[in-house]
Amino acid sequence: MTIPVSIAINGRRYDREVEPRLLLVHFIRDTLGLTGTKVGCDTSQCGACTVLLDGAAVKSCTCLAVQADGAEITTIEGLADDGGLHPLQESFWNKHGLQCGFCTPGMILAAHEILRTNPDPSDEEIRHGLEGNFCRCTGYQNIVRAVRDAVQEETS
Amino acid sequence: MSTAMFGSGIRRREDPRLITGAASYTDDLTLPGMLHAAMLRSPHAHARIGAIDASRAKSARGVVAVYTSADTEGALQPSPCAWLLPDSDLKIAEYPCLAKDTVRYVGEIVAVVVAESRYQAYDALELIDVDYDPLPAAIDLEQAGGPDAPRLHAEIEGNQAFHWTVSGGDVDAAFANADVIVKERILQQRLIPTAMETRSAVASYTRASGELTLWNTTQNPHIVRFLCSLVTGVPEDRLRVVAPEVGGGFGSKIAVYPADFVTVFCAMKLGSPVKWTETRSENYQATTHGRNHVQDVELAATNDGRITGIRATVRAGMGAYLSTAAPGIPTILHGLMLSGVYDIPAIHEEVYGLYTNETPVEAYRGAGRPEATFMLERLVDVLADKLDMDPAEVRRKNFIPKFDDGHDVATGLTYDSGDYEQALDKLLRHADYAGLRAEQEEARQQGRYPGIGLSTYVEICGLGPSQVAGAIGFQGGLWESAIVRFHPSGKVHVFIGASPHGQGEETTFAQIVAAELGVSPEDVKVVHGDTDNTPMGWGTYGSRTTAVGGAALALTARKIREKCKVIAAHLLEAAVEDMEYEDGNFFVKGSPDNGKTIQDIALMANVSWNMPEGVESGLEASTFYDPPNFVFPYGAHLALVEVDAETGQVELKRYIALDDCGPQINPTIVAGQVHGGVVQGIGQALWEEAVYDEDGQLLSGSMLDYALPRADKLPEIEVLSTVTPSPHHPLGVKGIGEAGTIASTAAVYNAVMDALKPLNAPAVDMPFTPERVWRAIQKGKGN
Repeated sequence: MTIPVSIAINGRRYDREVEPRLLLVHFIRDTLGLTGTKVGCDTSQCGACTVLLDGAAVKSCTCLAVQADGAEITTIEGLADDGGLHPLQESFWNKHGLQCGFCTPGMILAAHEILRTNPDPSDEEIRHGLEGNFCRCTGYQNIVRAVRDAVQEETS
Repeated sequence: MSTAMFGSGIRRREDPRLITGAASYTDDLTLPGMLHAAMLRSPHAHARIGAIDASRAKSARGVVAVYTSADTEGALQPSPCAWLLPDSDLKIAEYPCLAKDTVRYVGEIVAVVVAESRYQAYDALELIDVDYDPLPAAIDLEQAGGPDAPRLHAEIEGNQAFHWTVSGGDVDAAFANADVIVKERILQQRLIPTAMETRSAVASYTRASGELTLWNTTQNPHIVRFLCSLVTGVPEDRLRVVAPEVGGGFGSKIAVYPADFVTVFCAMKLGSPVKWTETRSENYQATTHGRNHVQDVELAATNDGRITGIRATVRAGMGAYLSTAAPGIPTILHGLMLSGVYDIPAIHEEVYGLYTNETPVEAYRGAGRPEATFMLERLVDVLADKLDMDPAEVRRKNFIPKFDDGHDVATGLTYDSGDYEQALDKLLRHADYAGLRAEQEEARQQGRYPGIGLSTYVEICGLGPSQVAGAIGFQGGLWESAIVRFHPSGKVHVFIGASPHGQGEETTFAQIVAAELGVSPEDVKVVHGDTDNTPMGWGTYGSRTTAVGGAALALTARKIREKCKVIAAHLLEAAVEDMEYEDGNFFVKGSPDNGKTIQDIALMANVSWNMPEGVESGLEASTFYDPPNFVFPYGAHLALVEVDAETGQVELKRYIALDDCGPQINPTIVAGQVHGGVVQGIGQALWEEAVYDEDGQLLSGSMLDYALPRADKLPEIEVLSTVTPSPHHPLGVKGIGEAGTIASTAAVYNAVMDALKPLNAPAVDMPFTPERVWRAIQKGKGN
């Protein structure tokens, strides 16, 4: 059995027939081939699959594709306008906020959520906001700096 | 661009593709007609396999094939162990790619399903019926070698994989004449490396030409090609291994794995590309683990704190089979480092490698060296406590004095250079150590329990030379290679045999070229990871990529420079001896304004219209660099914790890392390596543990159950350095990838035990969960 869905991703609408059990992250990665969104676990701990669903961050492994029917989704590929870099992407680059890069798409979108809900977070609030995203390379230090730096870029 | 590029913290060349989602990891690949494999894994730690009925799975929707060991007979050799530790009575158990008649750990592969989609492949796993006849499991390391332990491999007595000894000096005399002896039993718990990208393989086989391409999550594609050729029979010239973007490894992507060979088998058998990607739960069950020692160690010393000898017996759990490099980790990379930063005249260690019904153990960041550092650093603190001396003072008393061109230690190694006291002094000054001790005293008066922990370490890295590799049984070389190719426009390609996967060498290696040849790092593209377009190399592990591969690159750049000098002399109608070089400009002495740039020369060499006699066209050079010795980075770390005596909760308040990796090519990247390394070591001390129950079930089998470091549990790490060049490296650089992990576990452990001192709590096994700490506090109270 398949169910029709219509999901807008990064400003483009995709109409597809999907199995009801298909996870949103697999819809994004396998059905559509948008592989910037990563899968790092199978228990919704790691946050590598974080995307924006109607503007708010969700772990796309916790959501079925059919639940996202009619939604507008932003993945790492669509975060910046016009092929440039979003200020968060820029600050992750400037502050060496990534090493192997695997957690980075989810990390940047989780950081986006922190700033959406709290435009001027303290370091402690940034760290708290990132607790649902694992990184094994950076010890988080430069990720926190990158988020702080993005705040300063926005406000300067 | 100029030599100023060396030492500049420029942002990374690899990042644009990573921050935009454009990077392609193995699981991101899709090939036309690609099928998907899923592995059926044993739910038992030890069992005989009876009948396997795959008929329901074979007829399930989308399923193309199901294979068991009977199908791979003759087609796949066993998965190899490639570190044949000499003089150790090494007994390698056959590790079949698909289990034959017995399974020996939870997660061992019993069958593979290939289907049109991943969902279908996983669905079909549930339709395979396997008759298992469970057997008792050998789990407890202290009993696994005993007479009553279940035997894993019929032909291997006492489950003993090897028995290895290192000895130097007269240890018996040291202990007979000691004023004091301190002893500890230390458990180095099993850890799960947890690279954020799980392992994956995509195999594509062209029957017509017999050519196989394997995309694989590996730290060393050239080793994979070599061993995959042995296992699958595909000749090396027809076998291409590609490590695309690789999402961290930490040692867990050094080994070759049965699942990868099974994926290759499926692709060859079916003539269609096949992808296999493990789930995180599979990763925890079947990708290699790290550490896993029971260490009995004792230290002999004089009454004034001089260490005179160290003696240790280590039981190292190897898991059910010996992983590719496993035998060398708890031995060569551990036992040879038992002198640490100290002048210890007598050292003796016996290491027993034991098979247990658990996941195979391999290198995990630091690989043997954290386990050695911990033993020493813990015992030094215990000694200080016993003698009522300050732990910093005991360290200072035993440091090897400053040396800059070689120092021999009792285990037989020759360290390259070091100034350990300077490192500790700088650390303690930065921390205001005396002030911290005073604050601690004051806090204790108020019923609070802060603790200060030190760890001073030296590590062996830059693994090479190859002659040593041969002597220690490593079945490969330990050199590295680089090719530098100038294009007509002056842009540069660098091809390397090593295979970075997050460490940033696309940037630091571009900086090396920039520093040596005066081009902009923006004009240098570093290519790695594809055996078809890179020179042979042995891979990225043991903090060796910059220490060995960086040397190969620097020497290659210098060859280019020499050739450029000859061409420039010809073009300027001057003698080669009269030529000078500065920042990409070749000129006749005294006339820098009338020189030839390296770009001018690259163009001329490529078009070759007017070359000096006897000089070849093109501007390209290569080097295969085999280092004369290892490199020995070192440092001193300090952790400050506070223990809540009511709950047993440990809070890490402050962490200071001082590391000396020689001259830093890119200090930003160095600091990043330190941050990540330190946090992994903190993870071992405070949170992480792979837990098996007595039946061999992995209880910490998912990220829900295995406690990884999180952003909200960590302080800002303060990073310091000193700079002691390696005398034998062309750039003086050492390694930094593992340093943080090697030092930090002991620093945090010592800090917690220091905090507990007024509470008389006995030693606590890692990790310091609140429950364990609370129980130790209760014991201290006599409860």
